[in-house]
Amino acid sequence: MKQLMLGNAAVARGLYEAGCCVISSYPGTPSTEITEEAVKYPEIYCEWAPNEKVAMEAAFGACLAGKRAFCAMKHVGLNVAADPLYTMAYTGVNAGMVIGVADDPGMHSSQNEQDSRHHAIAAKVPMLEPSDSAEALEFAKLAYELSEQFDTPVLLKMCTRVAHSQSLVETSDRVEPGMKPYEKNIAKYVMMPGNAIRRHPFVEERTRKLQEWAETAPVNRVEMGGNKIGIITSSTSYQYVKEVFGNDVSVLKLGMTNPLPVKLIKDFACKVEKLVVIEELDPIIENHCKALGLAVSGKEFLPMEGEFSQNLIAKKMGEEVYEGRTIDDPIPPRPPVMCAGCPHRGLFYILSKNKCTVLGDIGCYTLGAVAPLAAMDMTLCMGGSISAVHGFNKARGAESEGKTVAVIGDSTFMHSGMTGLANIAYNQSNSTVIILDNSITGMTGHQQNPTTGYNIKGDPAGKIDLEALCKAMGFTRVRVVDPYDLKACDTVLKEELAANQPSVIISRRPCALLKYVKHEAPLTVDPVKCVGCRSCMKIGCPAISIKGGKAHVDNTLCVGCGVCEQLCGVKAFS
Amino acid sequence: METKNIMIVGVGGQGSLLASKLLGHLLMEQGYDVKVSEVHGMSQRGGSVVTYVRYGDKVNSPVIDKGEADYIVSFELLEAARWLSYLKPDGQIVTSTQQIDPMPVITGAASYPENLVEKMRSAGAKVDALDCLKLAEEAGSSKAVNIVLMGRLSHYFDLPDEAWQKSLEAMVPPKFLELNKKAFELGKKA
Repeated sequence: MKQLMLGNAAVARGLYEAGCCVISSYPGTPSTEITEEAVKYPEIYCEWAPNEKVAMEAAFGACLAGKRAFCAMKHVGLNVAADPLYTMAYTGVNAGMVIGVADDPGMHSSQNEQDSRHHAIAAKVPMLEPSDSAEALEFAKLAYELSEQFDTPVLLKMCTRVAHSQSLVETSDRVEPGMKPYEKNIAKYVMMPGNAIRRHPFVEERTRKLQEWAETAPVNRVEMGGNKIGIITSSTSYQYVKEVFGNDVSVLKLGMTNPLPVKLIKDFACKVEKLVVIEELDPIIENHCKALGLAVSGKEFLPMEGEFSQNLIAKKMGEEVYEGRTIDDPIPPRPPVMCAGCPHRGLFYILSKNKCTVLGDIGCYTLGAVAPLAAMDMTLCMGGSISAVHGFNKARGAESEGKTVAVIGDSTFMHSGMTGLANIAYNQSNSTVIILDNSITGMTGHQQNPTTGYNIKGDPAGKIDLEALCKAMGFTRVRVVDPYDLKACDTVLKEELAANQPSVIISRRPCALLKYVKHEAPLTVDPVKCVGCRSCMKIGCPAISIKGGKAHVDNTLCVGCGVCEQLCGVKAFS
Repeated sequence: METKNIMIVGVGGQGSLLASKLLGHLLMEQGYDVKVSEVHGMSQRGGSVVTYVRYGDKVNSPVIDKGEADYIVSFELLEAARWLSYLKPDGQIVTSTQQIDPMPVITGAASYPENLVEKMRSAGAKVDALDCLKLAEEAGSSKAVNIVLMGRLSHYFDLPDEAWQKSLEAMVPPKFLELNKKAFELGKKA
């Protein structure tokens, strides 16, 4: 039966059909739904791990034990998990091991635009790249076959448009590959120098064999359409190429982008007058063609940045494109903002008011950088805030210690904030760390984490006590505040910045979007009392605007958090 | 059949994902090849969001580009204007007249353009504008704006009412079905 399925759901279906038994992942847009969909199949054990490295190692343990395993992450998550990946390439697998990685060209929800294909090449691990949901399902299954046939982990690369587009798929039944026997094999699995030296030639030989496979693999296919132009492409770019040219050009569609075939590409090049590579982000296929000595064009006229589309490709290939009409008025941008009632808002207002230098992290609270709060100075990567505040204070000393903080969410803290905190405790900087504990992983759409007390299924699970953890690391100053209480936040912040010891402030209130959070009635503004001073506008709440010189609350958005009320000097809110 | 394009635009959190699920189901049931491309992640936090729905004999690209949309269904007026350039020369806009100030307007850094419906019409666009929020509240929930819009959109489709009803039943949780059916009717008859 045909079904309309999200690319990520199709990967999950493929994992199910392939008999995958264990999945460990860390959420990250655009990869999150793979694991969220997989957990709906009772045959698969699924979990959220604290970070991608832990997830990949857990999945590796499961594959070593003899069951088909999987882990999913976004492109930057693969950096975190690069350590196990590069050596797993040497050990190979017992049962099949597949790693889902989702790139985000255009940076819809990411801090950079890196191309994961570099990791596949550098780690010497095969990579499959589906171009729609049907391929996502098929390639997930194929990935397990390759993994076990060639004794290698396999990367399954998604991108935002494949991960978050629904298209039609045919489903079939699950096959149960059963448990493979576990046999102790020190030479294969214990990667100390003496053994790793012997495994490296195996890796090189495996890549040669995979390249041979790639020459005739059905996932790399030629669709001839005349001999004028030949386009080599993969992933979602293939769909744009077909949209623009249909069957009017010849296409070599690559489903496997590492290792790349040689003979197949050379033969294709011979059949066409002009060879073009159309690929998003970096020129991986193009450079491969150039290394083969082929005359090819690509990045000289196509961008390295952002997503492609049919119009972009048509224009760059010299076609006429209708670009629609507009009105004369400038259209104000609508950037994402903290939601009405977001518990982070009050805390960021206090940081802004105290003119703090704020070293930020990855999560909804990165939006604290947006005007009017503009209460963030840096955001780098998961966990970077805590490590950086330590370095910042070591560099500037007492001058910065009294006004500099790190802010990090609960999930991000568990991901990679703890090691930074250990560094503060060990190397003794007088730093102030604020954990924004909204009791969920917010930005990626409400995933549980080790501090929430629930697992991926919503069942009760182990719960890490943040206060006890910080104290165990040696922090004697651990304070908890309610970010809806501006006065308390202000007092605690001032005290901890002034203290001559490192401290942790836990700003605790659940995300306002959580289903169990009960909202107060929306506030209203008394237009007689309101003097239009705009004090309430300083918090950047999307529910408050100025209408006719007076503050106005949108009652479809307001959740009655009362933060605005605390800023009003004339008590106009009720 | 040549591929047809529907864009659903609005402000993150307004419920465009349910609208696109409904359309996807409806069009697949009619035997079309369908692709629906969504936005997840950061822009769902009150940012400008867009969902593309494409259907026909064979759909390749999952996205709709400038000048390609047969329909733009908009939850919010400024968003309709933002995506206007995506409309085909003879395309149709179906929009709610609701206005939500974006942060630059709230902070006073920009202003919300006036008379957007007239301006879009002057630019040559066919615009069907109605107060979907009012109708949704009449149906029982301000959250049903998405289904009011679907009811309105159904005007422009040559599909039997049962097909829409069937998709509503398939996509809406039973608890909210009656409310959404009412919202659909109110949008359709408005």
